[in-house]
Amino acid sequence: MNGLAFLIPIALGLGLAGLGAFFWSLHSGQYEDMDGAANRILIEEEGE
Amino acid sequence: MTAPIDHAALQLEALAETRFTVPAIKCAGCMGKIERELARVAGIAEVRVNLSARRVAIRHAPALDEDALVAALAAIGFEAQPVAALAGTRDDREARMLLRALAVAGFGMMNIMLLSVSVWSGAEGATRDLFHFLSALIALPVIAYAGRPFFASAWKALRHRRTNMDVPISIGVVLATCLSLYETATGGEQTYFDGATMLLFFLLAGRALDAAMRGRTRAGIGALLGRMGRSGGVIEPDGTIRRVPADQLLPGMAMLVAAGEALAADGIVEDGSSAIDNAMLTGESLPEPVGPGSHVHAGTVNLAQPLRIRITAAAQDTALAEIARLMGEAGQSRSRYVRIADRASRLYAPAVHSLAALSFLGWMIAGAGWHQSLVVAIAVLIITCPCAMGLAVPAAQVVATGALMRRGLLVKDGSALERLAEVDTVLFDKTGTLTLGEPQPDLARIEDTALCIALALAQHSRHPLSRGLARAIQAREIAPAQLDGVTERPGHGVFATSDDVSVALQRGDADADTMASVLTIGRRSWTIPFADDVRADAASTMAALRAEGLELGILSGDRTDAVAPVARALRLFARANASPQAKLAHLERLKASGRRPLMVGDGLNDGPALSAAHASIAPGSASDISRQAADAVFTGSGLMPVALAVRTARACMRVVRQNFAFAIGYNLLAVPLAIAGQVTPLIAAVAMSLSSLVVVVNSLRLAGAAK
Repeated sequence: MNGLAFLIPIALGLGLAGLGAFFWSLHSGQYEDMDGAANRILIEEEGE
Repeated sequence: MTAPIDHAALQLEALAETRFTVPAIKCAGCMGKIERELARVAGIAEVRVNLSARRVAIRHAPALDEDALVAALAAIGFEAQPVAALAGTRDDREARMLLRALAVAGFGMMNIMLLSVSVWSGAEGATRDLFHFLSALIALPVIAYAGRPFFASAWKALRHRRTNMDVPISIGVVLATCLSLYETATGGEQTYFDGATMLLFFLLAGRALDAAMRGRTRAGIGALLGRMGRSGGVIEPDGTIRRVPADQLLPGMAMLVAAGEALAADGIVEDGSSAIDNAMLTGESLPEPVGPGSHVHAGTVNLAQPLRIRITAAAQDTALAEIARLMGEAGQSRSRYVRIADRASRLYAPAVHSLAALSFLGWMIAGAGWHQSLVVAIAVLIITCPCAMGLAVPAAQVVATGALMRRGLLVKDGSALERLAEVDTVLFDKTGTLTLGEPQPDLARIEDTALCIALALAQHSRHPLSRGLARAIQAREIAPAQLDGVTERPGHGVFATSDDVSVALQRGDADADTMASVLTIGRRSWTIPFADDVRADAASTMAALRAEGLELGILSGDRTDAVAPVARALRLFARANASPQAKLAHLERLKASGRRPLMVGDGLNDGPALSAAHASIAPGSASDISRQAADAVFTGSGLMPVALAVRTARACMRVVRQNFAFAIGYNLLAVPLAIAGQVTPLIAAVAMSLSSLVVVVNSLRLAGAAK
């Protein structure tokens, strides 16, 4: 039963980390242009 | 990706950001071209194209104004309109809020479920109490955050003494949470934290789908109002010309309208003769010749030569403003439309609440204590909570709109889809709807070398016939010839020399009924006839619509002799010469006689009719106002998306009804169990996810509906 003392905080921590990552990706606009993101790999970059 | 920044030059001053709608962005090629080419313009720091929204965000030096940026975009071949910084972000914010709530509910649901599974598999005593306590710790903030959309909407409905789907949801969630808190505090056996968060998760998934559908199609339709005639050149008594904004023009002023300029007010021509493109106002594609004494209207475009116009009506009194006002009034009936989910909840919510109250009373009378009776009543509320119902409508509609979008039809929202399914009459405008709206030249008798010259000449003119000719020749992949000394004489044509041979593209016989251009090369000349042909698949679309049992007709503002051949060819009842008011009246009459008309039209003159109809569709080439007023927009040169829209909307409503039937059937099975006090949190959780899954899978069958 002592294992629970570690495992439950770890499970919660992982879940919170995932939630945080999702919020961050939403906030940084990664879902603003889903079609564009799919198409951008087709843009030929000019040599710079 | 992002354009390289000239840091040294730009860091010194704060950058301004301007957004533009660029409808022509279609592919990676366009994105690359805009981002690459614009980044080279001096003063532009960063360019970011959003393909989904067809928008370009430009960070630039404040010295560059909107007009300069529009010109820069035009120089690389993209027509752009500036958009207000905050336009349309309300829906975006709502969609993001729902996504965040969905993520939080998902997090809470999974972690609580983890703890609940241990309780269900037999955790006892102190462990069970600890798990319940942890669940409560997770559930309270999660429910407070993720439940907000439902609580807010339910509170709003109750305050107006109405009820909607959110009322039973909110009552169920709040009661379940309170009961579970009590159980946790007193070391009870069962808590419903898992059920409550799971319920919120599934319902939020439905809401998020609904919001995503609206955002997706709104981007394709764009919202650009008032692009024509924003200002007019007023002639002062001393002969100078002053630009005056459209809303400050007054009747009696003299206005000079340059060739290619849109009129900003209604008036009478005093001097000059030209041709006016009335397509925006009447849908008529043939330019109308005007001279002194002719009446001209705001929103039309002067094609050939400068006109001096005495203003008779300006600002809110123009024919254009009248149409906008009619549209506003006509659209009100549509906002009163009650969506199917809300209609269902009007019956559903009272039934569920009385059922819960009755089971509480029943158990009290049977002698069970307060506590047990309350547990049973709450179990009834949770088990009947419209989880599958919350998903029944959005899941089916998202799949259906996705299928339609792949076939070139953008539906604005779920309510539009529901109304489309109910129509029983379809009325078409002629020009631009049944026909393509662009005069197509007949190039059959002209050889390729002559076409090279014709293309080069046509590219020098803004006349609609020339532009149609240029497009048609370019479609054959013919390159323009080299020309020297090109001059355009407005009203006559384009003249030039090619290899020392004089060439010209002139207008055909002015008095002839048909449209034509005359191409002259040296001493040879060809007449190029133009026709605004009926869309190629119009006949098969009519057949498909008739097969759905719809009555069809034409409602056009065009002349009778222009409408008659089309009506005969498609075997349609037709009404010609209809003014915007007459179209509106015709639709109101139909609605009063119990019909549900679908209006398909493109012109500004169709605007009021589009707003008044039970449902409406506009082609992608339609005027901005019509696209705004329509429920759906179809792209491409075919008319078939109209028939597909009706068929798919009906298929979608069949699936929605199946989903409802399933949700009700599930309740009929589960409610007796709940009333008998046999529902444990485990049964509630399994039933909830199973019913949601069935509804989603059933909705996915619509993916191939738009065939």
